[in-house]
Amino acid sequence: MKLVIGLDGQSSGEKALDFAKSIAKASEACELIVVYVIEWSPFSFQTAEENEQRHKRREEEIAIAMERVVEPAVASLKAAGHDARAIVRHGDVADTIDAVAHSEGATQIIVARSSAGGFSSRIFGSSTANLVMNARVPVTVVA
Amino acid sequence: MRKISSVLLAIVAYLAVALPSFAQEAATTLDERVNAAFANATGWFVSFIFAPIPGTNFSWIVLWLVVGATVFTIYFAAVQFRFFGHAIALVKGDYSDPNNAGEVSHFQALATALSGTVGLGNIAGVAVAVGIGGPGATFWMILAGLLGMASKFTECTLGVKYRNEYPDGTVSGGPMYYISKGFKELGLPGGKILAVLFSIFCILGALGGGNMFQANQAHAQITQITGDYPGWITGLVFAAIVFAVIVGGIKSIAKVTEKVVPFMGILYVGAALVVIIVNYDMIGWAFGQIFVGAFTGLGVAGGLIGALIQGFRRAAFSNEAGVGSAAIAHSAVKTNEPITEGFVSLLEPLIDTVVICTMTALVIIISQQLLIDEATGLYMLNEAGTAVATVDGNSGVALTSAAFGSAISWFPYVLVLAVVLFAFSTMISWSYYGLKAWTYLFGEGKTTELIFKLIFCVFIVIGAAASLGPVIDFSDAAIFAMAVVNIFCLYFLMKVVKAELTSYSARLRSGEIKKFTH
Repeated sequence: MKLVIGLDGQSSGEKALDFAKSIAKASEACELIVVYVIEWSPFSFQTAEENEQRHKRREEEIAIAMERVVEPAVASLKAAGHDARAIVRHGDVADTIDAVAHSEGATQIIVARSSAGGFSSRIFGSSTANLVMNARVPVTVVA
Repeated sequence: MRKISSVLLAIVAYLAVALPSFAQEAATTLDERVNAAFANATGWFVSFIFAPIPGTNFSWIVLWLVVGATVFTIYFAAVQFRFFGHAIALVKGDYSDPNNAGEVSHFQALATALSGTVGLGNIAGVAVAVGIGGPGATFWMILAGLLGMASKFTECTLGVKYRNEYPDGTVSGGPMYYISKGFKELGLPGGKILAVLFSIFCILGALGGGNMFQANQAHAQITQITGDYPGWITGLVFAAIVFAVIVGGIKSIAKVTEKVVPFMGILYVGAALVVIIVNYDMIGWAFGQIFVGAFTGLGVAGGLIGALIQGFRRAAFSNEAGVGSAAIAHSAVKTNEPITEGFVSLLEPLIDTVVICTMTALVIIISQQLLIDEATGLYMLNEAGTAVATVDGNSGVALTSAAFGSAISWFPYVLVLAVVLFAFSTMISWSYYGLKAWTYLFGEGKTTELIFKLIFCVFIVIGAAASLGPVIDFSDAAIFAMAVVNIFCLYFLMKVVKAELTSYSARLRSGEIKKFTH
């Protein structure tokens, strides 16, 4: 069994990790893939200077995400005796988590309940809601 | 020592003669003095660039641009039409590897380059073209735009192919790099000298078309609303904001501009469409004027040739095809295939000139700002006989503003905002192009970069204070001087692009290069 755990760097991610651990414990061979998506659109507008620096910034963003969010999560899963690895990607959060889960052949996606509220999520919907509506793999939203 | 003292003596003698006249001039305004000094300092350069071919009144530089664009179109067998669909697919991201997400996309490189070119050239430049060359100039402008797509394709492919990638992951590219590296690779002499020459012209172009022309026309547009006041005041305000962005590193201003400008562009085209649709019964007549004017001149100064020169000149100034500036902006894209950026870049002259410039021209023609002699059907000239007479004697951006205003009364206010924002974003883009050329010449470093940025800000004030004539002449001359070096070098380097094109199209046909399914 393969589980994809989508994290957004918020504390609610802990709940998703705990839930994934409990499922993994119950099954014999279970691989846990921690996915963190850096929100990014190829259709945004940038200055020439930003473009020049983009590759460098991308590397930095990935390094920070690895260090602060993903590696601690993988370490905690491994400490609990699970087989775990990490993926950090740029893109639309919902689309990218779904794409990773689909290409990895995951059985299930586990995400925490959206922590973002307010105006923008009312208009555009939260990433969690978008994922639930569009994913090609079963999604569990941990409250 | 004797030499120095004789030079000093000469200076003292000059001052003795010049000072009384200077004192007399003190009565004139600061703007007038800036204008006179500027016109004197740049006149020789302008005369050289726009010198006519002996025995004709056709500038050699215009012929140079047209021949360049035509040669590239023929050499690459109309690449701009054959690969048009593929260019759209690339911009949409159909061929982008999802594993490279987060890098500069084709769309972003195109949008950045476009924000440097879409601007006053499309609003004021077209008005100058149509105001002097009549509606017929539009036809030649469109033709120049279509041919220019091949020039842009050539230079942007080379820009990516020969860019410098530094260990920290940043990139620098542009004609100065492909000229020096490409010539070396082909075993040709003089690459370094030509690259240096290009860089010098690029700095002048950045200070001229990318700066002074923008400041000048932004001021002209603001005074339309506020009433007349000295240009150096607008210049100082602009210079302070640009200073805050490029020296102070206040990125938020640039970021806001980069996000607002595309919407301003869409709003502008939308408004133009409204004016055109409201006057739908005149569309046929307007195109008739464009075609007839293109081949007869319809009474404009210089006739057919006058229309042609204005059309080509303003198109080149607006879309910068063959100038080399876009190659600097496009070189940051993430791709393993330099030619893909060439395909994407060929959309630039299409959007800039064939679509947006034509919109402006149609609005000016349809709103009947240009006066026609009812008896002959020809356009009437102004008193000096240099340009077409207009309803209120407007020229440049004021003409465009009046044209829009005749259909949508409040639009001139929106246009002020659009002009100011376009001017600002073009200045930011060109400050970057100029800086790249500057650092190519003098090396990278905080002090050398600061010197250029300060010079850039000073020229904003000069540009806003000087009158349109000398500014537009110098701006054109500097930008066209870039094209002289760039196109000359592209003739030698185009076989490199041809090899890339042959290889890429073979792999595209065989299915080796395929779309990524998202």
